[in-house]
Amino acid sequence: MAGGDDSWRPLAPRLLIPTWVVIGLFSLLPVILMAVYSFLTKEFRGGVIWDFTLAAYDQFFIDRGLFGDEPARLEWTYINIFGRSLLQAAICTALCLVVGFPTAWFIATRPARTRAVWLFLITIPYWVNLLIRTVSLKFLIRDNGPLNEALMSIGLTSGPLPLVNTNLAVQLGLFYSYLPFMVLPIYAAVERYNFALSEAAADLYASRWTTLREIVLPVVKPGIIAGCILVFVPALGAFLAPDLLGGAKTFMIGSLIEEQFKGSQGNWPFGAAVSMILLTLVLIALIFYARTAAREGAR
Amino acid sequence: MKGVRHYPGFLGLTILCLVILYAPLIVVMAYSFNGSTSITQWGGFSMRWYVDVFTGPDAKRFGQAAWNSITIALMAATAATIIATAAALAMVKGGRFRGRGASFALINLPLMVPEIVTAVASLIFFTAIGLTTGYGTILVAHMAFCIPFAFLPIAARLEGIEASYEQAARDLYATRAQAFRLILLPLLAPGLASGWLLAFIISLDDFIITNFVKGAGMETLPTAIFGSVKQGIKPNIMAISTLMLAVSVLFVTAAYLINRKGRQTP
Amino acid sequence: MTTAIDIRSVVKTFGEFTALHGVSLDIADNAFFTLLGPSGCGKTTLLRLIAGFEAVTAGEIRLFGEDIARLEPNRRPVNTVFQHYALFPHMSVIDNVAFGLKMQGLDLSGRRARAGKMLEMVHLSAFADRLPSQLSGGQQQRVALARALAPAPKVLLLDEPLSALDLKLRQAMRVELKQLQEDTGITFIFVTHDQEEALTMSDRIAVMSAGQVQQIGTAQEIYEAPSNRFVADFIGETNLLEVDVHQVHEGRATLTLPGGHRLSCPSALVAPGRHSLSIRPERVTISDSAELSAADLSATVERVVYLGSDLQVLTRLADDTAFTIRLQNAARTEVPSPGAQIGLHLEEGAARLLAD
Repeated sequence: MAGGDDSWRPLAPRLLIPTWVVIGLFSLLPVILMAVYSFLTKEFRGGVIWDFTLAAYDQFFIDRGLFGDEPARLEWTYINIFGRSLLQAAICTALCLVVGFPTAWFIATRPARTRAVWLFLITIPYWVNLLIRTVSLKFLIRDNGPLNEALMSIGLTSGPLPLVNTNLAVQLGLFYSYLPFMVLPIYAAVERYNFALSEAAADLYASRWTTLREIVLPVVKPGIIAGCILVFVPALGAFLAPDLLGGAKTFMIGSLIEEQFKGSQGNWPFGAAVSMILLTLVLIALIFYARTAAREGAR
Repeated sequence: MKGVRHYPGFLGLTILCLVILYAPLIVVMAYSFNGSTSITQWGGFSMRWYVDVFTGPDAKRFGQAAWNSITIALMAATAATIIATAAALAMVKGGRFRGRGASFALINLPLMVPEIVTAVASLIFFTAIGLTTGYGTILVAHMAFCIPFAFLPIAARLEGIEASYEQAARDLYATRAQAFRLILLPLLAPGLASGWLLAFIISLDDFIITNFVKGAGMETLPTAIFGSVKQGIKPNIMAISTLMLAVSVLFVTAAYLINRKGRQTP
Repeated sequence: MTTAIDIRSVVKTFGEFTALHGVSLDIADNAFFTLLGPSGCGKTTLLRLIAGFEAVTAGEIRLFGEDIARLEPNRRPVNTVFQHYALFPHMSVIDNVAFGLKMQGLDLSGRRARAGKMLEMVHLSAFADRLPSQLSGGQQQRVALARALAPAPKVLLLDEPLSALDLKLRQAMRVELKQLQEDTGITFIFVTHDQEEALTMSDRIAVMSAGQVQQIGTAQEIYEAPSNRFVADFIGETNLLEVDVHQVHEGRATLTLPGGHRLSCPSALVAPGRHSLSIRPERVTISDSAELSAADLSATVERVVYLGSDLQVLTRLADDTAFTIRLQNAARTEVPSPGAQIGLHLEEGAARLLAD
């Protein structure tokens, strides 16, 4: 029935009051407050003084030398951290797509009975505590861990591969953390895919891989984009993988933010400003997604 | 001749995918039964680290942390489920009304904002309004964060229930409240159960937000594990991890079975 | 005769869209009344207004004299059989049937007895403890009937209840439904888009289109004497010809058929002019070309379609209008061959002038 149900329609606004109160008060308002904090002056014990200033953003983008008396130059330290995070998130998204799409396709093309089992196997890690999964990965790949032991015992390497504290380890951690986020939306799209389209393409002389490129990928694109967003956004702001598997050289946005709120060395306005910049990047990604989804929906 | 569904190599990649996802978990599970105090040497099968979890020097700290985690998850999931149910009824059955789009965006807000940003924002908010960070702030933050997770399965289930069931009950002399209690609620039950389970797991698993808003001296299981891991991975951590893993698997299996049963009787 | 339902100038709008433009009709007590029309004509909306699932925008709905248009559905002594039955999937068959009785506050033993009796009536006593999903479509249909009849409503509303059944079952249920209506003495208001269903069961039929009632009458009246073009076209098969009406005198009109033949037929029309003439295909006889001059119309046979009990002869008149004839497939029937010139003779009452 168009436009909902007569008996519920008048109640709708009232039923949403608890949502507005709880999410509005404890999610939306804090984000707004955080935006305000990014324009305040830092206090040295961790906290703020209510004096409005652009100091936090200035610190992020502009370098005035150690004593603040040199000519202003672009500050590269934080931009580099963002650059590294963006690169890591992008690589992670690409890797997840390369492995995730075939997995999703394979599962979606199983007979109904075994499909449920495959899907169940993919879903379980999704619900296992991310901290535990990251710790487990660290345990597996550490210098004298099972992976290196195994590699050495079969003679593939003579000494332990130094994996932990490298960008590679962080990448592996991100990939491992967010892979299920890629598989599930693509699976949902492939499950709805009309395989007669592939048959029609084959009938019209398209090879298997041409069909994949020309027919399948364009049709399931909304699922692929959803998967990419679901991987890219949390990977960009990831904290656990870089913190546990990385070191000083693999510092990412998440750790940079966290540092600003720990102990008395913190700088709350700067942390808030970094969070705002991260949030802006994420919103750009989401707007891109919404526009693509709207365009696909309109077709 | 293979059908159009077949692509060579896809099975291999699927298996690779599963190996990557499961290898670390299986290794940790195996080593949690290691009899040796060293985490590198295999000292035979033993349950000693499981005994250690409940009786060892860290038992009291982890016990308290587990208690906090579970009680917070129970309350946050229950509150989130009730709020999400009301929201789902409005969004699915309420038709078009002013503020529907904004409400939808609001419900999904916790999913769109990166967790670390939510964490920072929550810490700033609680500090600004002068709330002492601790048990209460964790609970409130989890409640808000869990709403979209509870909302998704409840709204999906509700969309599958035709309006005619409620109308039939009203036609047969049931009041609005009776039609809701006797017809809609039982039909919605599988959605409520999976929504609650997901919210519970999300709350139980959360580290980042909890880490920011917990304040000094307050620990949940993930923050306690994180603190301990910072000093190196000890065997008792592997035992705790294996136990938490078992709980997660149990819950996902339950949610899966409830959902499947729900689908059989639409 | 008592009036069960009296609908007065009912208007229903959904935002910009007007579903019912001031509908008025009387439904007599103890009648099988059908609302017939194509999808989107407003028939289901009217039924839902009577049930109370939608609120009227304007107008009155009286049930045995009492205006119920603004009552909640649970305060109206009418019950509904839903299109897809809407049996509560989490309750057994007997609990479904007893639901209305329970809501009315009947005690457990009273509910059991009444619900048991209703199940007996629809021959489903053996299925009392099953879940609806364990029944066939036809059985679910009968449970829905038993459930709606259990509280002894003053009027029973049926929203295309046979549409989900297969043909054989549908035909059997028509007879059963009519029988049930006569046995219970309750007024049935039946919504359908299937004219055959409407014609076989109903005491009276209201033909609806575009949110308005086009004609109300018995099955015979709406078939034999359609009041307008829509009704003639929607009920059964018909040939519509544009004709010139010369004069109307004492309920009879004189007109010229295409081809020049003059005809006199009964008509309620007042003004002469150009009008539509409806001719039912089975009311036409044919003759071969030898008698063309005596025929009302002459035509060329294009195709003969075999329909089993009937033959459909597709022809074209001299002015290129398509014209269809139905012949009974009897041993004595002479079947014309394509290309043949034939004469068409209209039986008395075969032609009917339409209002618009």
